Amino acid sequence: MDSALAVLNAAPLWLVVTIKSALLLLVVVTTFAYAMLAERKVMGWMQLRPGPNRVGPWGLMQPASDAAKLILKEDLTPSTADPLIYKLAPFISLLTAFSVYAIIPFGAGSQGTWAIGNVDAGILFLMAISSLGVYGISLGGWASGSKYPLLGSVRATAQMISYELAMSLSFIGVLILAGTTSLDGIVSAQARLWFCIPQAVGFVIYVITAVAETNRTPFDLVEAETELVGGFHTEYSGLRFGSFFIAEYVNMLTVSCIATLLFLGGWNAPFGLTMVPGVLWFVAKVATFMFFYIWLRATLPRLRYDRLMAFGWKVLLPVATLNLIVTAVVVAVRG
Amino acid sequence: MNPYGPVAIYLCVALAAALLFTFLPGLLGRKKPNPHKMEAYECGVEPTSAVAGRFPIRFYLVAMLFVIFDVEAASFYPWAVQMHSLRVFGLVEMVVFVIVLAIGYAFVWKKGGFQWR
Repeated sequence: MDSALAVLNAAPLWLVVTIKSALLLLVVVTTFAYAMLAERKVMGWMQLRPGPNRVGPWGLMQPASDAAKLILKEDLTPSTADPLIYKLAPFISLLTAFSVYAIIPFGAGSQGTWAIGNVDAGILFLMAISSLGVYGISLGGWASGSKYPLLGSVRATAQMISYELAMSLSFIGVLILAGTTSLDGIVSAQARLWFCIPQAVGFVIYVITAVAETNRTPFDLVEAETELVGGFHTEYSGLRFGSFFIAEYVNMLTVSCIATLLFLGGWNAPFGLTMVPGVLWFVAKVATFMFFYIWLRATLPRLRYDRLMAFGWKVLLPVATLNLIVTAVVVAVRG
Repeated sequence: MNPYGPVAIYLCVALAAALLFTFLPGLLGRKKPNPHKMEAYECGVEPTSAVAGRFPIRFYLVAMLFVIFDVEAASFYPWAVQMHSLRVFGLVEMVVFVIVLAIGYAFVWKKGGFQWR
């Protein structure tokens, strides 16, 4: 390991960063593939059935066979669609989902051993990139030239922008406590106490809005297969559908990483268990959060659309604002 | 190296990966076009009417409200980072700001702007 690091230090920086970027993307896509398998397995167990178990031992080759099938499927463009935007939409979704990882640090080390870029405006970059993801979904549904996708995408846009508001407000409590927007700085500010304890309300709001932002159950009104067939990606087939699918799961992973960095102490070890490396703690926390997502999907029914919008605007927004004022009062009084 | 240098390199790699996913289906997928396959999906029958018709105004209203309140949320960020040094002064300033916003929020609520019908 040390000799490998020495070789890395001798190489030009741009080469090292390019290799690291490619490796990180590979890890992210592989994680997506096995997160999908894990979801099907865990859902199976929760519903008392075995889940995928035919392809390879324990179903472990399932993601590879799914990928091969998606790549070889026919790529259909409906005659009513706008061909350019129809093809652009999954590309936008995928690119924004991948781009967020440019600044996420996975472990300690200021020289960027475990991160691509360590920028000071970390949270702002994160919000800026992740909020672009809505374009992929709204353009995809609109450009399909078909009714169900259009309804799905308009719903999705309204839902995502409504919940993004409460999400950006839930970060502010963390910023007040940490006093910095750099993700590295926020994690080191949690060395003694994770922010999910003093910011419990903010954490709950973040979890709810995060599930809504990634369009997962119980907020999956975007797909709502009982009323909208397949939602915004009804007309998509093959790898273009796959792109939306990858983007959804990569976004879930991103959300889990942000929850870990901002509220769950990042790579800080709990109970002083520092003999386990920080990166492993980070991975463990992210995996727990991902499991929580799957658990939710197996447990909760879908919300009604009017209740979803009312909940976002009438409950989450005022509660998030109150939470940030209370945090500010405590900081102003105690210093 | 400027911290945004590696970010730019990573974004280029991500762009290449996303382009790969965009052009691969055209190269590898099978092609057997057929006019019925190219129809927009509408439960198996031929599409009955044009897609873009009348649309609920609610969705536009939500978009406008989002712009207003999101700008507000963005203005909280620099204040929040400086809160440890601003102390009571910062708190008073922000409470006044929130009260002004709350009046607008209450107005929209009273007018039924958050009511989904």
